[in-house]
Amino acid sequence: MRVDQTAVDIFARRHRYRPVEALPWIAAFAAYALFPSYLPLGAQILATILFALSADLVLGYAGIVTLGHAAFFGTGAYTAGILAANGWGEPISGLLAAGVVAALVGLASGCIVLRTTGLTLLMQTLVVATLLYELANKASRFTGGDDGLQGMVVWPIFGLFRFDMFGRTAYVYCLAVLFICWYLARRIVHSPFGRSLTGIRENVRRMHAIGAPVARRQLVIYTVSAGLAGISGALIAQTTAFVGLSFLNLERSGSVLIMLILGGVGRLYGAFIGVPLYMIAQNRFSEIEPVYWYFWIGLLMVIVVVVARGGVLGLVERLRR
Amino acid sequence: MQNTLSAVISIGFHGIAFAMVLYLISVGLSVTMGLMGFVNLAHGVFAMLGGYILTSLMSRLGVPFVMALAIAAGATALASVVVERLLYRRLYGGDELDQVLLTMGLIFMSVAGATYFWGPLPQPMQPPRWLSGQMDFGFRSFPGYRSFLILCGAGLVTVLWLGLERTRFGVQIRASVDNLRMAQSVGINTSRLFTATFALGSGLAGLGGALGADLLAINPSYALENLVYFLIVVAVGGLGSIRGPFVAALLVGVGDTGFKYLLPELGAFFIYALTMAILLWRPRGLFGRA
Repeated sequence: MRVDQTAVDIFARRHRYRPVEALPWIAAFAAYALFPSYLPLGAQILATILFALSADLVLGYAGIVTLGHAAFFGTGAYTAGILAANGWGEPISGLLAAGVVAALVGLASGCIVLRTTGLTLLMQTLVVATLLYELANKASRFTGGDDGLQGMVVWPIFGLFRFDMFGRTAYVYCLAVLFICWYLARRIVHSPFGRSLTGIRENVRRMHAIGAPVARRQLVIYTVSAGLAGISGALIAQTTAFVGLSFLNLERSGSVLIMLILGGVGRLYGAFIGVPLYMIAQNRFSEIEPVYWYFWIGLLMVIVVVVARGGVLGLVERLRR
Repeated sequence: MQNTLSAVISIGFHGIAFAMVLYLISVGLSVTMGLMGFVNLAHGVFAMLGGYILTSLMSRLGVPFVMALAIAAGATALASVVVERLLYRRLYGGDELDQVLLTMGLIFMSVAGATYFWGPLPQPMQPPRWLSGQMDFGFRSFPGYRSFLILCGAGLVTVLWLGLERTRFGVQIRASVDNLRMAQSVGINTSRLFTATFALGSGLAGLGGALGADLLAINPSYALENLVYFLIVVAVGGLGSIRGPFVAALLVGVGDTGFKYLLPELGAFFIYALTMAILLWRPRGLFGRA
């Protein structure tokens, strides 16, 4: 009976906050104080963490392997960007609009994409992203096409905090949004809904057998994740005052997967480790040899898959055992 | 009327030439997908390698075209065996995500590697003199190189089908696609079969990339740019099939060429929309098994 009791305890305690979980936030504040000249990069990292977090919900929890998550990131970025370039620069409402539009795109494409599995699903997510890329490329009257969207004017947050050139406002803004979204994601993951997603990832047939509405749950998490990705795209658009076609391309979808894998998939905190690692390394490397950055990151992926499954967090778990 | 007819013939001709290249590159991907369930996104890397080998041999060393083609296909097949033995083998039957990551990593390495060796610019492809003019078919004359491409493609397709239907190797592949465990039980060495099939598929991709260097320009991001085309052909055709990708390649090749010609503004959308529609109707592809 003792063994059963421990198991129950573990399940009961799963969702409680542990001291370790404060670490990313402490690190974020410390970075603000210690590296004032790197705050613009810091803001990008925080927004990208949100992007990776949204991908983790789909990939790590629901087990849907996607190669087109940039579709939602780019949709959000263009939504916020087009609003700001056409006279509505209020950031918070722009962010919400971006989230809603991206979620709608997620819902619509999810209805089609999630009917398939495996390679076909992978291909369809890629097709959706490519379609949107072509759309943004062709509709250059709204999006600026190849040159990117220019002339965004983002108003001060709450009418008080102007986006300064040192990136202080941007950093705090991204941090606050990331915190709210992380809280949301954590609640989702530990809810009965989130547990059933893990069930779907681990054994679809069994979930069907116990009567779980598999398709609907996948669609819901796909939509939520698309919305969060849209918000992260909007964050980057608003803080850099630029949106380009690269927000929608395959490199974007691929690199977010890499960042997530580096940190560890399906652990909610993988994004907080993988993204800073990747982006700081990219920042350093591309100062020396920008073209060959891809070679090292590709090699790193091969090594992670062959030797270090589970990324950094996976290594930590193995060391603790 | 004369103009319409000539436009239709022209679209059909260029579309079929494009389809042949797409088919040669993608068929190996379809078979390895069906046989090993391995999501090999890096398949395009082998096509790119074939293209680079051909253009380098011809322009730098002056090797004759046909010989350069053979070397391109052979060298690509050899390179693929090394990759398969060293890396892919570990992930057979494993997690789909790991396969996606490994092969994405290979694509990224190929982008940087190709830039290092050949520079960022596309490699020009000069068809040999005996193919560079027009070829007269009696009622009409067609560009020589494209005609050669179609004839060559048609020949290879026939050989491939006959090989799969009539040879012992083909029977073993079909048996393993249908039921891997049973194939192993009756004594088929599936491990060796995997390697051989993989090498054959990659060699064909190398040949396709080399032949099509004129249509799909050989540049460092080749594997990334064209990935979506290869995946569409395989998914629409149906995994593990040899005929499916052929029909899908024809559809994509002719459809893409036609719509880009007729509606240059919206041309690129058509093929993606069609893909989504087909998969909505048949999620397993046109020739996929239920």
